[in-house]
Amino acid sequence: MEEEKNKLLVTVSPHIFSGLTTRQIMRQVIFSLIPAMLASFYFFGFRAFLVVMVSVLSCLLSEEIFQRIVGKPSTISDGSAVLTGILLAFCLPSTLPLYMVFVGGFVSIIFGKMLFGGLGHNLFNPALVGRAFLLASWPQQMTTWPLPGKVFLGIYDAVASATPLAKVKLLGQYSYSYSDLFIGNVGGSLGETSALLLLIGGIYLILRKIISPLIPLTFITSVYVLSYFLGYDPLYSILAGGVFLGAFFMATDYVTSPITTKGKVIFGIGAGILTVLIRKYGGYPEGVCYAILFMNAFVPLIEIWTKQKVYGEKNENH
Amino acid sequence: MIFVKKTFRGGVHPEDKKKLSADKPIEKMPLSKEYVVSLSQHVGSPAEPLVKKGDIVLKGQKIADKDGYITSAIHSPTSGEVIDVKKMMHPFGQKVLSVIIKPDNLDKWADLKINKLEDLSGQQIVEIVREAGIVGLGGAAFPTHVKLSPPKDKKIDTLIINGVECEPYLTADYRLMLEEGERIIIGIKAILKALNLNKAILAIESNKPKAIQEMGKALKADDYIKIVVLDTKYPQGSEKQLVEAITKRQVPVGKLPADVGVIVQNVGTAKAIADAIIDGKPLIERVITVSGSNIKKPSNLIVRIGTKISDIIDYCGSTFEKIEKIILGGPMMGIAAPSIDVPIIKGTSGIILLKKNDIVLYVPGPCIRCGKCIQVCPMGLAPARLMDSSESRDFDDCMAENILNCMECGSCAFVCPSRRPLVHWIKVAKSNIQKKLKK
Repeated sequence: MEEEKNKLLVTVSPHIFSGLTTRQIMRQVIFSLIPAMLASFYFFGFRAFLVVMVSVLSCLLSEEIFQRIVGKPSTISDGSAVLTGILLAFCLPSTLPLYMVFVGGFVSIIFGKMLFGGLGHNLFNPALVGRAFLLASWPQQMTTWPLPGKVFLGIYDAVASATPLAKVKLLGQYSYSYSDLFIGNVGGSLGETSALLLLIGGIYLILRKIISPLIPLTFITSVYVLSYFLGYDPLYSILAGGVFLGAFFMATDYVTSPITTKGKVIFGIGAGILTVLIRKYGGYPEGVCYAILFMNAFVPLIEIWTKQKVYGEKNENH
Repeated sequence: MIFVKKTFRGGVHPEDKKKLSADKPIEKMPLSKEYVVSLSQHVGSPAEPLVKKGDIVLKGQKIADKDGYITSAIHSPTSGEVIDVKKMMHPFGQKVLSVIIKPDNLDKWADLKINKLEDLSGQQIVEIVREAGIVGLGGAAFPTHVKLSPPKDKKIDTLIINGVECEPYLTADYRLMLEEGERIIIGIKAILKALNLNKAILAIESNKPKAIQEMGKALKADDYIKIVVLDTKYPQGSEKQLVEAITKRQVPVGKLPADVGVIVQNVGTAKAIADAIIDGKPLIERVITVSGSNIKKPSNLIVRIGTKISDIIDYCGSTFEKIEKIILGGPMMGIAAPSIDVPIIKGTSGIILLKKNDIVLYVPGPCIRCGKCIQVCPMGLAPARLMDSSESRDFDDCMAENILNCMECGSCAFVCPSRRPLVHWIKVAKSNIQKKLKK
């Protein structure tokens, strides 16, 4: 009786905590993507909305069903599946048939995340895994880009066109103005259009200290510099295509990018250089997706190279 | 006196919550009905009792001791009768042999030997400190006389007096610096003499301007004690971080500050040393902070070693809520008391009672590799990896990753967004490794 009355909660220290929880972090990242998402609805109409919805739904369903099959507790409330769904949708053309979008979400979650052991254990960015799979499976549909229309929430009959980068690659044309590229009034995937709104979202995440500015900064800078030396218009090169989306939202994914400061710099520069090299010498006009996936594979190695010094490990002063 | 802001790598900024008790003068807690003096006051094996059931003891009379290097004496907190010597619940969660004393309410002192600091040699000071049962009062409770007699081959050139008190809520050292500055200075002089040094550095965090001012006043023209103001950051009060901030020296992995020529002593310990020399009083009481959202009257109390926590909580009044959890020490490194009847031991620096709403129980999520634990670790470790290796019982990897460098400050778990029990698993690995090393 007495024992029962005096029963106290015994937990290990510390007894206080601070900062955002994983769920709150995911929510913040999703929140930061909303401006660019709304812009995609504006430019590409109701179809863009459908692509986002199907992608998110597919990710949630895949994760939930997987967890039930393996008999583990549901994890979809951590928000990471929703985030993957949005990021995948951002890499897709709004005209992509919806069943393909659904397959993309499935591949992202199952092959990109769950088979590795779930959140925190995957080597590659799940959304990019999904995109790479779709690009390999349905290359034609994945490279048919609609021109932005001005119809909001209406089904818009898109006209197929080449993306700004494809025009550069195939025709050597810089056919859009910087301001169109910056605002997003160009053809392309849902999320690779408006550099401005992605920048706003990215800066928000940096200010909230959710992501470090190191990867975006080194990524974008190295694309700019290398493009310049390879004879491209450097500003055009960073504004067109997926550089901003990749640099702020894909390459900064905690799970698949280096933890160390030096590692982040190496990762950012590597991804930037690879992006430009793929654009110049590869088969595709855009290289962000593969550049990041490629660098993802190097993260364990980069972290070994850049391990921080333990306190007292080397003592020069005494 | 100089004011330089110095600090260390890593660390966190918890809300300090010191306002609750910072302005409460130190107050003496009245006599309790019963004291449970644990014979295990610090690391190492427990002391052996010198009294038995039925003995009459005087206040300050030695009731337990043990031969050996890392041991220190234990004294009766008041005069009265030894009603039992038996195993009682210890704050750390096991039952430990304890002397239970019923006060006769006369509070009669045993004969005390009063000394003048000037007449004492360094060796005599160390002997007095040992006999008085003085241990580090900052929390670790390491026997002070051991620290005051470093091995001959270690050349000590710096004494740092730790007035940092970086744990949230705690204000005991702060109040001591405001109220007992002169005693602290006498204690510092005694430590200097014991170590054969002539200069000391008193380290205080920048969030305690009043303590800096009061200690400055108490120092008057004494120029051999220098006050150094440190950045307010947790765990600034940890020995190795203090040494790094002040001397720019890093203590090698697995070594002690003495290995880089530095001895660190807490201000409360300095005060206890002064009391032992001037008044001849052994360490039978200490200042603790009683605070937290579930305490009606936050206080800084002088409590006798052996006072039951329940008596102290009764004295300060808990709010109407049921007591869910009692933290002994600060909220970052303190331990959760296993029962409300465990006694105060020499290393207990505070009692924190939180309301139910403030006690958050998280369900840990998977590590998302955000890297925050690595950024904040003041020892440059990778806590997430240590936890992974510990969970899979790969203690060799823990060793390779310098796990013994971890002082369990809790900064990593404090910031972890997935609220992973990093400190728990690091403790598991450390105790396994230490068992192996002993073999």
